[in-house]
Amino acid sequence: MPALAIRNVSVSYPVRGKPPVHALKNIDFEIHDKDFVVALGASGCGKSTLLNLIAGFMAPSEGEISLNDRIVTGPGADRSVVFQKHALLPWLNVLDNVAFGLKIQGYDRQKRENVARKFIKLLGLEQFQQSAIYELSGGMQQRVGIARALTSDPDILLMDEPLGALDALTRERAQELILKVWGDTGKMVFFITHSVEEALFMGTKLIVMSPRPGRISHVFDLPFSRRYFDSGNAREIKASTEFIALRETILQIIFKDEAGTRDE
Amino acid sequence: MSEDGTNDTGQIFRGMMKAKPAKPGEIYGVPGQGESFRISAVVIVLLICLWGFVTYAGYIKPLFLPSPLGVVNAFIEVMKEGFTGVGFWQHIWVSTLRVFGAFLLACVIGIPLGIAMGMSPVARGIFDPPIEFYRPIPPLAYLPLMIIWFGIDELSKVLLIFSSVLAPMVLGARAGVKSAAIEQIHAAYSFGATRWQVIRLVVLPSAMPEIFTAMRVGIGFGWTTLVAAEMVAATSGLGYMVLSASRFLQTPVVIMGIVVIAAIAYAFDHLVRFVERRVVPWKGRG
Repeated sequence: MPALAIRNVSVSYPVRGKPPVHALKNIDFEIHDKDFVVALGASGCGKSTLLNLIAGFMAPSEGEISLNDRIVTGPGADRSVVFQKHALLPWLNVLDNVAFGLKIQGYDRQKRENVARKFIKLLGLEQFQQSAIYELSGGMQQRVGIARALTSDPDILLMDEPLGALDALTRERAQELILKVWGDTGKMVFFITHSVEEALFMGTKLIVMSPRPGRISHVFDLPFSRRYFDSGNAREIKASTEFIALRETILQIIFKDEAGTRDE
Repeated sequence: MSEDGTNDTGQIFRGMMKAKPAKPGEIYGVPGQGESFRISAVVIVLLICLWGFVTYAGYIKPLFLPSPLGVVNAFIEVMKEGFTGVGFWQHIWVSTLRVFGAFLLACVIGIPLGIAMGMSPVARGIFDPPIEFYRPIPPLAYLPLMIIWFGIDELSKVLLIFSSVLAPMVLGARAGVKSAAIEQIHAAYSFGATRWQVIRLVVLPSAMPEIFTAMRVGIGFGWTTLVAAEMVAATSGLGYMVLSASRFLQTPVVIMGIVVIAAIAYAFDHLVRFVERRVVPWKGRG
């Protein structure tokens, strides 16, 4: 069973004449097969640092990260990243952007385009295959980014605030689309967001982080995304008393964490 | 005066600047927004009229500033007869070869050099001091050295122009390397890209807009240096034509030569812009 293990990971930066700054301290959790883990927290709590560690763009100061018992030492195709923005290549059209990872891996054009078309279809981008990236709306661009990330058939999708730059309506639709893709592909997902509602709705497991030093303050198991697969009605779930109660609880936790660090 | 009390000249100017609806719902755009072509056209016509007026009226002697018609006549005469025994097209051809030869050489050497300097601290460490040392020196200042080192033939002329084109090309390519977003680079690495693949598939394409800008700046420097390059031991070329015409006080030919150089440079700039729109249509867009 594929699994990502984060074992007692810390990241600290030396500061001249002062004690070192801890961006992350003693982070320890696992992501299992078919988990959708969401990290939530105020700015500066180390969410993105954590994602960069899993992606292999950074190395931890202490502890280790392993995927399927192999220790992560650098970026690799078993972990694909969907960025918030600026990650697509404007000189390539949609089809070539989606096929970009396969090009790097040395597949021939025929094979690249076959695989890319499959994910273009999954993300509903068929009419835009030949479009230029800069002609697409922000929401469509994020779909291209997700399709591209899926082509290398990764074990885990790392999503760094993928919906952060979208307008509210597009964002809600994109949430449902990502859940559908997750359901269809069965990938593990590690998803970062600022939005409590988004975190609650999408995740199977929620990690609430707090800043200075960046650490996990609370962990919740969430039922809502599975309910969405049963009912298909996102607004109904988000308006339920249980959802709203949990949303307020988590907001209070985050505000308290943030106030606590401001006093220091 | 029109009915609503504004005068007609005001309306013409407002039309030229495209300040859309006059009052209700006035649009406040980005500074500098709007069409400027018509204003430029009017200014050019006015300048030529002014030039014609002061020369025909005799305020300025033809020796100092010939009339527009005089320049046109000089143009026709040089086209027919050539200048100093060399045909007009020959002058243009020789100068164009010198400038474009130097420009191509600067592209071939300057773009890879700039990219290397952007990518590697070692390359930057090696090439930054010499380039920053010679860059601000006017080419006229080291023209004597070029002649002592490389002789009085084509080589020294092309190298002088090359040296003035090289610096902007290197700086442009070097800055272009920084255009790739860290997310684009990370995306490539996370698919397992090698460093070379990242350079070839991400860094180079995203540097293209900056490189095109550098090419436009560079070729401009090339034409600027042309006259200096043709000062010594030249028997043909537009720069030579302008210089020797000025020695013989043939002011109409001087002005004609200047206009021809400007026209060629302007046409080439538009050619580069055309290619730019084809090759880097994403420039300046998300």
